[in-house]
Amino acid sequence: MLLSVLLQAANTTDYSSIGIAFAIAITVIGAGLGISKIASSAMESMARQPEVAPDLRMSMIIAAAFIEGVALFAIVVSGFIL
Amino acid sequence: MIKKFNIILLLFLSVSFLFSDVSAQETVKNAPTQEVAEELDIKELILDHLADTYEWHLFTWNEESYTIHLPVILYSKTYGWNVFSSSKLEHVKSLDNHFYIASEGDYAGKIVERNMLDEEVRPLDLSLTKNAASLLISSFLLIVIILSMAKRYRNGSLDGEKGFTGGMEFLIYAITNQIIKPSIGKEYKKFAPYVLTLFFFILFNNLLGLVPIFPGGANVTGNIAVTMVLALFTFIIVNFAGSKHYYKDLFWPDVPVFLKAPFPLMQIIELVGTITKPFALMIRLFANITAGHSILLGLTSLVFITVSLGPAINGGMTAVSVLFNLFIFFLEILVAFIQAYIFTLLTSVFIGMARPPELVKKQKVESN
Repeated sequence: MLLSVLLQAANTTDYSSIGIAFAIAITVIGAGLGISKIASSAMESMARQPEVAPDLRMSMIIAAAFIEGVALFAIVVSGFIL
Repeated sequence: MIKKFNIILLLFLSVSFLFSDVSAQETVKNAPTQEVAEELDIKELILDHLADTYEWHLFTWNEESYTIHLPVILYSKTYGWNVFSSSKLEHVKSLDNHFYIASEGDYAGKIVERNMLDEEVRPLDLSLTKNAASLLISSFLLIVIILSMAKRYRNGSLDGEKGFTGGMEFLIYAITNQIIKPSIGKEYKKFAPYVLTLFFFILFNNLLGLVPIFPGGANVTGNIAVTMVLALFTFIIVNFAGSKHYYKDLFWPDVPVFLKAPFPLMQIIELVGTITKPFALMIRLFANITAGHSILLGLTSLVFITVSLGPAINGGMTAVSVLFNLFIFFLEILVAFIQAYIFTLLTSVFIGMARPPELVKKQKVESN
């Protein structure tokens, strides 16, 4: 009885959605880690040498936008699969 | 100078919906069907707002929707040229109109016709859709602003401009000196017009896409066809303005022979590189702008999802939605600038890489 219920559940669950949710989640984790690395090293450098803060700020924002671009590729592709 | 009073006023306005009267009776009656209908509608609502349509819906007042019906221009093999207003299009095939909007299947949401073999085919669709109309509007705006600025500089002095003109001058200077000159080198004046146009085109369309009412609100740069064309222009310019050294680097780079001779590994990698770089440009701009618009639309529809849960939760979620929406709007303005900046930066870097300056000097020295 329990086995048949389990089998029915396994048959009707939408595994592709779970897969896509995991794909997007892992992508977001990757993007978060990457941007946090940039931000932390930028913070440290700005604390060591405050004169270079304006140059670092622009480079930091550009690098963060690149990483976000990669994350958004993955989201677009997974949305496409969905 | 942000005064404390302004902050308090803003917070009060955003939670003032809590004091509004939401009549609970109607919602309780329609709660079951409404919840199911709302669940499905949100995704369609968001996709509808992001997609390209044949009419421009301005607003709905008193259950009446005011839309601008844009012209539909079609060429079909069986019926020839047809030009008519999109108000004549319906979702079902009517007797007096051969064309209708397909509601499902491959061509869902687009105009199809039934040809002689009774199949659903797409005619050649050159209609002025919402995105095309918005492109025309933003191009007109761009032309008016930039040409009037140019006339002012040509006739008058080059210094002391204030206000909007000063701001634009600052932007143009910043891009020319910080992006174009360092990347492209000495011949930057040949490419500066295109690159500057690209920057202002993307910036204006991004910003107009954030405005919710009429001239804005069409998701132009979030349309992958538009970004594909921009990336295609970059691809064409890079490959047609490349110096001889650029082509030599593509087909016979300066690497050990085993990487290029029996099996052209480096050549394949380089050729794939020439395609993936503009491809990445296209997807980056498309995904950033579309994601931003989706978030904004999703947060706004948060208010409508919670209607059936009662006035207290609805009021709370409205306050959350308004505050969050405000934050995301500012973030999206920043993203609009950053994405325009990055597209322009990468385009000029690619152009610069296609015409390396020091090696041009080297060739001159060698030929001496």
